[in-house]
Amino acid sequence: MSTRLSKGGRLIDRATSLSFSFNGKPMHGFAGDTLASALLGAGQSLLGRSFKYHRPRGLVGSGAEEPNALVSMGRNARFEPDQRTTTTELFAGAELKSQNHWPSLNTDIGEINDKFSKFLPAGFYYKTFMGPRAAWKHLYEPIIRHSAGLGAAPKEADPDRYEQAYTYADVLVVGGGVAGLAAALKHGAAGKRVWLVEQTAHWGGRTPVDGGQIDGLDPQAWVDQTLTRLKAMPNVTLRTRFMAAGLHDHGYVIGYESVGETAPDSGKPRHRLWRMRVGLTITATGAIERPLAFAGNDVPGVMLASAVRDYVVNWAVSPGDRTVIVTNNDDAYRTALALTEAGLTVPAIIDARDSAIGELPELARAKGIRVLEGRGIARALGRKSVTGVQICAQAGEGGAVEDIACDCVAMSGGWSPVVHLWSHCGGKLTWDDSHAMFRPDPDRPPLGDQGQAMVQAVGAANGMLQLQDVMAEANVPAFAEAEAAMSAVWLMPAGAGEALKAKAFLDFQNDVKVSDVQLAAREGFESVEHTKRYTTLGMATDQGKLSNINGLAILSDALGQPIPATGTTTFRPPYTPISLGAVTAEAKGDLFQPLRRTPIQSWHEAHHAHWEPVGQWRRPYTYPRGEETHRDSVNREILNTRENVGLLDASTLGKILVKGPDAGKFLDMLYTNMMSTLKVGKCRYGLMCNENGFLMDDGVVARLSEDSFLVHTTSGGAEHIHGWMEDWLQCEWWDWKVYTANLTEAFAQIAVVGPKARMILERLGGMDVSADAFPFMAWQEGELGGIPVRVFRISFSGELSYEIAAPASRGLELWEVLVDAGSDLGVMPYGTEALHVMRAEKGFIMIGDETDGTVIPQDLNLNWAISKKKADFLGKRAQERSYLANPDRWKLVGLETLDGSVLPDGSHAPLDGFNANGQRLLQGRVTSTYYSPTVKKGIAMALVHRGPDRIGEEIAFQGENGMVACRIVDQVFYDTEGAKQNV
Amino acid sequence: MTQKGQNKMSEPVSALNGRSYDGFACVVETGLQGMITIRSDLGSKPLSKALKSLGVSVPKMRSFAQADDVMVAWMSPDELLLLCDHARARSLTAQLEQALAGTHALVVDVSDARAMFTVTGARAQEVVMKLSPIDFATLADDEIRRTRTAQVNAAVWRSGADQLSLVCFRSVAGYVMGLLEVSARKGGEIF
Repeated sequence: MSTRLSKGGRLIDRATSLSFSFNGKPMHGFAGDTLASALLGAGQSLLGRSFKYHRPRGLVGSGAEEPNALVSMGRNARFEPDQRTTTTELFAGAELKSQNHWPSLNTDIGEINDKFSKFLPAGFYYKTFMGPRAAWKHLYEPIIRHSAGLGAAPKEADPDRYEQAYTYADVLVVGGGVAGLAAALKHGAAGKRVWLVEQTAHWGGRTPVDGGQIDGLDPQAWVDQTLTRLKAMPNVTLRTRFMAAGLHDHGYVIGYESVGETAPDSGKPRHRLWRMRVGLTITATGAIERPLAFAGNDVPGVMLASAVRDYVVNWAVSPGDRTVIVTNNDDAYRTALALTEAGLTVPAIIDARDSAIGELPELARAKGIRVLEGRGIARALGRKSVTGVQICAQAGEGGAVEDIACDCVAMSGGWSPVVHLWSHCGGKLTWDDSHAMFRPDPDRPPLGDQGQAMVQAVGAANGMLQLQDVMAEANVPAFAEAEAAMSAVWLMPAGAGEALKAKAFLDFQNDVKVSDVQLAAREGFESVEHTKRYTTLGMATDQGKLSNINGLAILSDALGQPIPATGTTTFRPPYTPISLGAVTAEAKGDLFQPLRRTPIQSWHEAHHAHWEPVGQWRRPYTYPRGEETHRDSVNREILNTRENVGLLDASTLGKILVKGPDAGKFLDMLYTNMMSTLKVGKCRYGLMCNENGFLMDDGVVARLSEDSFLVHTTSGGAEHIHGWMEDWLQCEWWDWKVYTANLTEAFAQIAVVGPKARMILERLGGMDVSADAFPFMAWQEGELGGIPVRVFRISFSGELSYEIAAPASRGLELWEVLVDAGSDLGVMPYGTEALHVMRAEKGFIMIGDETDGTVIPQDLNLNWAISKKKADFLGKRAQERSYLANPDRWKLVGLETLDGSVLPDGSHAPLDGFNANGQRLLQGRVTSTYYSPTVKKGIAMALVHRGPDRIGEEIAFQGENGMVACRIVDQVFYDTEGAKQNV
Repeated sequence: MTQKGQNKMSEPVSALNGRSYDGFACVVETGLQGMITIRSDLGSKPLSKALKSLGVSVPKMRSFAQADDVMVAWMSPDELLLLCDHARARSLTAQLEQALAGTHALVVDVSDARAMFTVTGARAQEVVMKLSPIDFATLADDEIRRTRTAQVNAAVWRSGADQLSLVCFRSVAGYVMGLLEVSARKGGEIF
């Protein structure tokens, strides 16, 4: 059983005790603990159940590689599943719960899966649940989903805040171990802008635990001294709790910093996501120890040898009283020495090599530790915790020669450099046979924008597994005990039979065993990427940090090829999981996306507007009064506008100034009709098509002067059309003398609409708005009520209408003046729905309703707005293509339902028969449909096959309940002569 | 009636009417700010002459030039932004238009199309570095960065020893204020 030792622990502060709970049981640890060391120190070694077989599991590692010890943390809104206990720092009040079991951690029904594990091999789901087809969705998947999965999903919104930050550096050193510190010192001293980041809370990495001497100093003393020097350099930034998650093109690095994780109510952001642009990234990310594949290597108490000595030295936690070491290398002997140093017992070191004669084995023997050479573990005994090991010959098939009782097994299968960042952007690896590992190939690094190496690996991340080699890279003298050669061991014992292989785990989190990978190879999965997906090897949240090399070694063996020929799977960011909160950062709630506000928005809010999203704007859809339904308020707004006067906030309309000697010529190219002939002081409606001939935008152009025009675009189209103009001017017609400026936001624009519109403007005074002085389709500049304005006499409703543009800073003032001035005339604001209905009553098209990117102006009977005189305009040639020029197209008409009802939006007019794809034949579809309070019935516009040739014909459209008989009519339902707008 | 309306308010108002927030740096919407867009050949003599009469020269790429009451900033190879007193923007626009009348140029008052903020304090740049990809270590004192602030366009420059100024479009002023507030909240200090 694990326990806290009475002395030692270089990272803990025994004076600060922190209480926490695990599955409701109160426990305590110390400041400086991780959740893992605190749990282990409190005697809790069983921490969860495995994913597939629900086998009892405990800690394997002590860092980012940990596959098993994931817990749910917190409650309610702060509940979060799958927290890696080895990388999360302990904090007071932490509430932890184990996962993936029912009803409890100790008694778990799902454990039955383990008994039937021989029936659940790799690919079981793929093979078993093939048919019947419908059963997957309704039967198999719900059951499998219920039983699978790690922690539960949180159900409440996250109350914490997260943020992002941008930074820049010449050199980013990833990893604050001795290699990283040395690299930072070198580049810092050279005056480079250096960031040194370390994922844990502590500097120094493994070396203070592993021992040795650097520059004549104890490793910790050297770390402290180096930190002091680095802190004195203003060009060096040091950050702990900072994980470099991914490396992307052009030195773009994503960093993940834990800021307020351990202080939930401190007001600090919980995590910060860094977006860094870096010249050279130096990976000093160390190496990860590999497990050994023997039967029962997943029983709680079987751990990595390095993790065992980390717990003892760093946190004064003993994983067990009697620890058996099993290894294929000298490094694991350091664990035996650390354990005996702490007063714990090491019954035996089982060394798979034929002889162990290095400096470290001799030190162990000198301490009286029994060393068994050429031996392996046949199986680990125990279920919820290890009780002993059966010893066998490594070369044999697993016949036990001896049982050794123990409560911890420290295993080491060698080390694998952490090559993730090196590999993310294309850095290649080379196989190092002497250490049985992939290491970065310095001749094939990831390349930057100039073709230069943008990543450099140092230290253990570069395959330097001994301190003296690590420091030699940095020209710092150092020494540690010399290590003899390791010997690759991929299966223990080498001749293990099926029964043993079926309990020898490769991927602990996804329950993938040696037998699964061998089965995959037998079934023809030769590519490592296919085997990965078939067996799920390395696909868990730890992304195969422990299982990757072991798995592909087994696969290579099964395929009878060397490991480099099999290759690795792809290393993808992030290195360890990052919170969704950090990805979201500030973009939630009110800041989820920009909401654009007109100068009059506050008035709409105060008058209970119901909103409609239009691009990033929110426009009033209608202004309901009291208990009024939206339909009633829309009808009221329409009738009032037609009878009295209405106000519309049209500020969102795009307003682009186009100026220059070639402005007229430019607009002639942009619009289908002629704009260059427009007289100063006049307005003209125009259509814009894209180069494929399809209608893209429409609006009114006002000629401001001989060489300047004001282009009005749709509300959603301002930025796009401005960009479109600049694209043509900068890329195609770069020699034309035209400048543009997007003035959309400079002006508030208010439409004053209705028979009494002129009366209001006259009351404001300052401008002659009479029909003679200010005719239809003219514009004038002046003052109204003392406010500088530009007034356009244009109409989108069919009524007498003035659109008044005022400086945005006076927009609200103008609106309120108009409301006041018209109060006895029945002035009322109206929203976008009333606007839509009124334009439909007049048969005016709306971009986005009548158009969908496949409609040309000719389809909408807008031939009058397409110039025949102009040699060219954007879309002209496209519209001459046979398909678009064909009269046999769907064209715009009006529809009247015979029963006066309102057709559903988007409704189709079906024909008998089906097309080649088995789809129902159609002859038309509704583009706009409304109840018209003006003509008191349902009206619609539709694109109908040869529609205008079929006026008067009856046609059936799909209704809510069956077909609805309609008559094809002219699209103008109201004031067909256009008399009302021109008074 | 008209009288009544006019009495209610007859002063121009900025997007947020001077809203401010005190966090680990102070964020202020600075109120009305005159701004004039000039598009022209930046090498044109009438342009440099017109600017010279205001006490400034044509700014170099990504930089700005300042006199007592105006500032002119480089926006693109053929665009400048002139900052002046809001009340003066209209007349100054006319004056510049006059000066450039003989050339191909566009001069337009965009004062009301924008909102302007300052972020002040020793940690001002820690606020903006959460939102905009700006390398402050290499940002010169007379440099202006056209960039983005989270999801919207912005321009940022140092307007004092411990102060950054930021310009965005008027309609998103509320969004930008929200961004700056949340980024300046105490507890979020970076260094």
